[in-house]
Amino acid sequence: MRDPIKNRYEFVILFDVENGNPNGDPDAGNLPRIDPESGLGLVTDVCLKRKIRNYVETVKEDTQGYKIYIKEDVPLNRSDRKACESLGIQETDDKKVTEALKKLKKNDANADIKLRDYMCDNFFDIRAFGAVMTTFVKASLNCGQVRGPVQIGFARSIDPIMSQEVTITRVAITTEKDAENKSTEMGRKSIVPYGLYRAEGYISANLARKVTGFSEEDLELLWDAIINMFENDHSAARGKMSVRELIVFKHSKELGDCPAYKLFDAVEIRKKDGVEYPRKYQDYEVEIHEKDIPDTVEVRRMI
Amino acid sequence: MGMGVKVHVWGDYALFSRPEMKVERCSYDVMTPSAARGILEAIYWHPGLRWIVDKIYVKNPIRFTSVRRNEVKSKISANNILQVYNGADKPFYISTKEDIVQRASLMLCDVSYVIEAHFEMTDNANESDNPGKFKDIMMRRLKKGECYHMPYFGCREFPAHFCLCEEDKVHTIYDEVPEKDLGFMLYDMDYSDKDNIQPMFFRAVMKRGVLDLRNCEVIR
Repeated sequence: MRDPIKNRYEFVILFDVENGNPNGDPDAGNLPRIDPESGLGLVTDVCLKRKIRNYVETVKEDTQGYKIYIKEDVPLNRSDRKACESLGIQETDDKKVTEALKKLKKNDANADIKLRDYMCDNFFDIRAFGAVMTTFVKASLNCGQVRGPVQIGFARSIDPIMSQEVTITRVAITTEKDAENKSTEMGRKSIVPYGLYRAEGYISANLARKVTGFSEEDLELLWDAIINMFENDHSAARGKMSVRELIVFKHSKELGDCPAYKLFDAVEIRKKDGVEYPRKYQDYEVEIHEKDIPDTVEVRRMI
Repeated sequence: MGMGVKVHVWGDYALFSRPEMKVERCSYDVMTPSAARGILEAIYWHPGLRWIVDKIYVKNPIRFTSVRRNEVKSKISANNILQVYNGADKPFYISTKEDIVQRASLMLCDVSYVIEAHFEMTDNANESDNPGKFKDIMMRRLKKGECYHMPYFGCREFPAHFCLCEEDKVHTIYDEVPEKDLGFMLYDMDYSDKDNIQPMFFRAVMKRGVLDLRNCEVIR
């Protein structure tokens, strides 16, 4: 296992969307997610994690140690996988493997841990976010759950968002039968004219050290992935999305120096004076109140 | 209560899944004792101590919201890992297109609780361990905001902010409500037999915003 990270981190991501739908709500016909009480826009944690996975997959192209387990598309070329080492079973036939597993369980009580480490070594997303695995031995591996060090909450917009329905037409008709009767079909898109979203995340050095071995290089890759998460994710639905700020708080210790909420409260985002309907990033002001942050916590604005 | 602490925890969302509704997850009305224990353990835990939750104060009104998300339905199979580990050329990933499932979660929003808990020493404590030491470590972490990992309300995407609760008498939004019956709730899991982990339930009655867990009847 690589050298795991030694500091606790917190981070704030600010990203915005222009004329796009950052995250559709399956319950509401793919309209942008909105918190019904406050009117603030939402982007789920899993949506952001998907982008991070996609970026790492694009950049690392399945190189050893940086594979992605939860894939969006099945790749056409499955790269040859080599086992790093063998537990002593060479069979590939299902039945024989099950038998061998039983034998292995008897002989090697740490089989679960070995397999977990193997998965963590190979897959970036498991190292970062954790995974749920079935296990041979019940109740070991914490019921097959591996918690990763990186934890991300829901992203919420700074101001209430308005989602706008845009009706569009297309000239290509899907079915032959319809084509006889009409020459265009109508479709709908819903967009957010502008929204600035804020997501907050946490990285636990303890889980990195004890469980997944999330390393300094992995951390750099994670920052990279967050900064570029929308750059390779353009599509008709998304419009223009970009990460505007990545503010990283690095504690001096594994356990941290101060409560996370104090750091998050120190990042203030407000509309500039006179702006009623924000339509661009420049309509906002970001201020970090340095005096509320302990000296031992290092603040880095990564963009 | 020498070994007792009061911890104030709050956050935007919380999801304490009801075991009977966990496909489309639905939260309990308030935090379960096991979730409260998990939060304390995220801040400080040692094999030499065991957290016991005494009271849960519900400081904010109980309100729900729902979110539907695309999820995957399969787990990583240990059998599959082992085969690849040993050199088999098998598909080795979960494809979200094939494994997709949309699930709604009914969750609590804008929650705030005070957990009143104490710990007991266990047989695994070292010779140099004593309750005073554990208590000091816990108090220091609460004051400085240190934690082993960020505690969360039921699911990891709902982080729980925490601090030491310094109110002597904790006020809740339900101070004027004499009694609210919340039905049967999960108390905790019984881990005493590793091969057969059993859930334990209790009848939750919130009195003036407080769920008192001392001397409650636990049903297996």
